[in-house]
Amino acid sequence: MIVVSLVGAVGALYIASKAYTAPYAFHMIVFALAGFGGAFATIKRYKNRPAVIPQEINGKPNYNYGPIKFTSIAAVFWGIAGFLVGLIIALELAFPDLSMGLPWLNFGRLRPLHTSAVIFAFGGNVLLATSFYVVQRTCRARLAGEIAPWFVVLGYNLFIVIAGTGYLLGITQSKEYAEPEWYSDLWLAIVWVAYLLVFLVTLWKRKEPHIYVANWFTLAFIITIAMLHIGNNASIPVSIFSPKSYIVWSGVQDAMFQWWYGHNAVGFYLTAAFLAIMYYFVPKRAERPVYSYRLSIIHFWALIFMYIWAGPHHLHYTALPDWTQTLGMTFSIMLWMPSWGGMINGLMTLSGAWDKLRTDPVLRMLVVSIAFYGMSTFEGPLMSIKVVNSLSHYTDWTIGHVHSGALGWVGFVSFGALYCLIPWVFNRKLYSLKLVNWHFWVATIGIVLYITAMWVSGILQGLMWRAYTANGFLEYSFIETVEAMFPFYVIRAAGGGLFLIGALIMAFNFYKTIASPELASAPEAALAPAE
Amino acid sequence: MVDHTHQDIDAATGTPTTGHEWDGIKELNTPLPRWWLWLFYACIVWAFGYWVLYPAIPLPGGHTKGMLNWASRDAVQKDVDNLKAIRAPFVGKIEQASLQQISADPKLAEFARAYGRSAFGNNCAACHGSGGQGNAGYPNLAGDRWLWGGSLDQIAATITHGVRAGDAEGHDPTASAGMPAWSQMGLNTQQIDQVADYVESLIKPTNADVSAGQKIFTENCVACHGEDAKGNLDLGAPNLMSKSKWLYGSDRATVVQTIANGRAGQMPAWGAKLDQATIKSLTIYVHSLGGGQ
Repeated sequence: MIVVSLVGAVGALYIASKAYTAPYAFHMIVFALAGFGGAFATIKRYKNRPAVIPQEINGKPNYNYGPIKFTSIAAVFWGIAGFLVGLIIALELAFPDLSMGLPWLNFGRLRPLHTSAVIFAFGGNVLLATSFYVVQRTCRARLAGEIAPWFVVLGYNLFIVIAGTGYLLGITQSKEYAEPEWYSDLWLAIVWVAYLLVFLVTLWKRKEPHIYVANWFTLAFIITIAMLHIGNNASIPVSIFSPKSYIVWSGVQDAMFQWWYGHNAVGFYLTAAFLAIMYYFVPKRAERPVYSYRLSIIHFWALIFMYIWAGPHHLHYTALPDWTQTLGMTFSIMLWMPSWGGMINGLMTLSGAWDKLRTDPVLRMLVVSIAFYGMSTFEGPLMSIKVVNSLSHYTDWTIGHVHSGALGWVGFVSFGALYCLIPWVFNRKLYSLKLVNWHFWVATIGIVLYITAMWVSGILQGLMWRAYTANGFLEYSFIETVEAMFPFYVIRAAGGGLFLIGALIMAFNFYKTIASPELASAPEAALAPAE
Repeated sequence: MVDHTHQDIDAATGTPTTGHEWDGIKELNTPLPRWWLWLFYACIVWAFGYWVLYPAIPLPGGHTKGMLNWASRDAVQKDVDNLKAIRAPFVGKIEQASLQQISADPKLAEFARAYGRSAFGNNCAACHGSGGQGNAGYPNLAGDRWLWGGSLDQIAATITHGVRAGDAEGHDPTASAGMPAWSQMGLNTQQIDQVADYVESLIKPTNADVSAGQKIFTENCVACHGEDAKGNLDLGAPNLMSKSKWLYGSDRATVVQTIANGRAGQMPAWGAKLDQATIKSLTIYVHSLGGGQ
């Protein structure tokens, strides 16, 4: 491990010295620093290691919370960064001069920074934190390996830094949601395989006879993302000294690969993996059993079987052959009920505990996230129908749809999980439920403003684009349709601003929680070694 | 899986659990909701129906066409044909008539303006603005300052052949009528400053002595811009006496830049891309924007 880090670091320095472009050299230096840092930390850890790290203490599993603490804090940090960049680009759409002519603030560079920061940095760290927590607790086993989980969480965040700074410096392979270039992709592939191994070995070590449903979803997510990532990023670098590469797919095949990737990033990353969060944190918080084991089996298998085919609905009315468009559309419709199976299982878990929604804003957040999930998984199949798509495609309706899923479902289920998880792993009492309530209402109003503005502007845009005069000419020029969007872009930015304020309230709440000297319970980790 | 002898019943719902527990979480053994199951089946049946009716199954050498024999290319063609049919009566007349005849026939002119407005939005607005108001470097078409003339025939010629577009029949096949870069043509920095002083004095009267600049202007610039600095439409040389906004800007830095490095803005030759009816309609539309002569 140490040798590999050092060799990697020296190699990166060599590449940096011969790099064709300054941003690439900068990235190689970051890699080198990370390599030296990793080697140093590993040596230090090895020297200070306890004789043996017990798997159990007093018959209770010795859970490894260190990497979870790191990723849950990282999630809050990246979340706020990503929401802020989202707000900036929302304002740039309404007021284009905001970029002040600076290339680093150009919409084209900030947009992938926003999407990657919220999906991969915020969402990714939430998933690492929750999946590492849930797999340990539901397997009654300590996380596999000691260095490996740290390699996964630190390596993943190194990928985030490389990807994010790359966008600002203009390094991109221009594939939506897969913008990082070949060297970042390779690094992520290594980290991801390590994640898979840590997860699998922990499952293997489990003390429970059965694997809990949340872990099925996480495992499906990890395996599918590995496949999608490698398939969509298959490319040939111009040179090892250059950040530029060329994708091996071309033309409509490339487009199809891209949306097979893009749609299943939604399906397996933003849906399956976050359903895993729902399946643990909702029953835990509501203190109720999961509504239906049978439904969980059927909807799990139906979901993962159907989702993988639905990608072509992103390419309706394009050069993609008609039969492929049919495939994407029909599988999207069949996907409706499997998606809703998760919603039913989440919501109905509350039966017998609905009264808790009045008193527990964290549970309310989790439940509202499920409602948004249900709404956007109805809207998705609807928009995949070709006649609907001919109106909605390329308009802001898509942006509204994505954000009802992103802000409402992924955002709220993550916030709800973090409000549970951070007090648990830091062994503190949550500082203020009142602030959670504020977060809930401010963010909910923000989401409603955002998605209603985008629905109205999207449908208006679609109708303006297709409007013909009696003489048979387009009624509006493109720029007139852009001008018509202005008020909605301002409302959208206001909604995004409220969502950001909510997240800042959350960060303050966590700061006060963790900074509190009072432990929530007698430290069960008293005997545990350093994490 | 379910231990039927010691069934664990959930008190709140009366439903048995599966008997397993993970970190305090149990699962109820609730059957699938009926409405959910039937809707799921209905969606699957619908999908099968769609596969029968529409293109669906890939086969060697093609794919099933479906009973409706629908194809997206045919659908587009049908829409395009429909539009063409709606426009046909007027388009035919526009093809036959001269620009002056179109202009004189109110109904035909109205149609041409609608046609031109649509074509302008799709082809011209990116540079000239959605109302033809122009932009720095892109002439305002709604005013009466024309570089190459504002009559119907002059506008049609500009659209057809473009500006410095390499069109042999165009205004300027050799591009020589561009504004030369005077820093390469023998004027030094001081002289460029002097001539800039003079040119600025044409629109902003000053008491300063601009005679040195006037002398340079007379020696070098009048060939295109004219003795009176009012420009020359045949050469696309702008009128410098006009107080309305100059094409590239009238601040000092821009004027110096224009003189020192020259200007040779381009417009594509649309004759190769648009049909006659479209070009005629564009001409009528642009002429109607406010500056037609």
